[in-house]
Amino acid sequence: MPNHQIDPNKWIDRYSDYLFNFTISRVSDREKAQDLVQDTFLAGLKSMKNFKGEASERTWLISILKRKIIDHYRKINSNKGKAEVRINYKDSESEGDWLEERVADPFDKTAEDTLENSELGDAIHNCLEKLPNKQAEVFKMKTILGYETEVICNELNITASNLWVIIHRARTAMADCLKENWF
Amino acid sequence: MSKMMISCDKANHVCDKTQYKEATLWEKIKLNIHLIYCRACRKYSKNNATLTETIKKSDVECLDKKCKEAMKKNFNKALKKASN
Repeated sequence: MPNHQIDPNKWIDRYSDYLFNFTISRVSDREKAQDLVQDTFLAGLKSMKNFKGEASERTWLISILKRKIIDHYRKINSNKGKAEVRINYKDSESEGDWLEERVADPFDKTAEDTLENSELGDAIHNCLEKLPNKQAEVFKMKTILGYETEVICNELNITASNLWVIIHRARTAMADCLKENWF
Repeated sequence: MSKMMISCDKANHVCDKTQYKEATLWEKIKLNIHLIYCRACRKYSKNNATLTETIKKSDVECLDKKCKEAMKKNFNKALKKASN
């Protein structure tokens, strides 16, 4: 008896933001990331019968997405013919330097920061998923996408004071949730 | 003096607006006066600012509405095909 049910009708509402954030921290091209997420949903639909319900839907979709991302990089590499790494040292003086060069540069913290940040991004999305739909939607539009209050009000057909009440509730819940899971 | 005093609800509202740089200077002054004597709102303000900072440094991303709609349209086509 499977523990998890599969329901593709709700996939995009439930998981597209999480998958997109996961992708964009690994493939920094927005458009490409969107394509990969879309492909993942379609691939998931095709292989639905393979879903055994052992993992949650989201975990299952992420495992498909990971493969899509790897494929994406494979494609880029084969296009450019850069799949192999070459090291040539011509003069004997610099011959012994390669090892040092391969050790992560302690002053270059970018890689580590990105890793940490993508995990933080995951934590934020996890907390967003716990919010009621409306709160999550308004919070994302206002805080992550940075839309103007007026634009959101028009789009969702709510008043400004309505928006601020929703934002207040969402912020309180988000702060509590992240406090528990991140800080 | 009473002009300077605001309720906790109002203070929290101004604090929320401040996170999006939408509070006026006068509102911010009133908020700061309120924070001097209100411990609960001080705590909320602190948490709220931390949240803003965290989101900012996370570079978290999400899809905009249009893109999500387009994705849904595409997906629903495939879904229909699959169920037929």
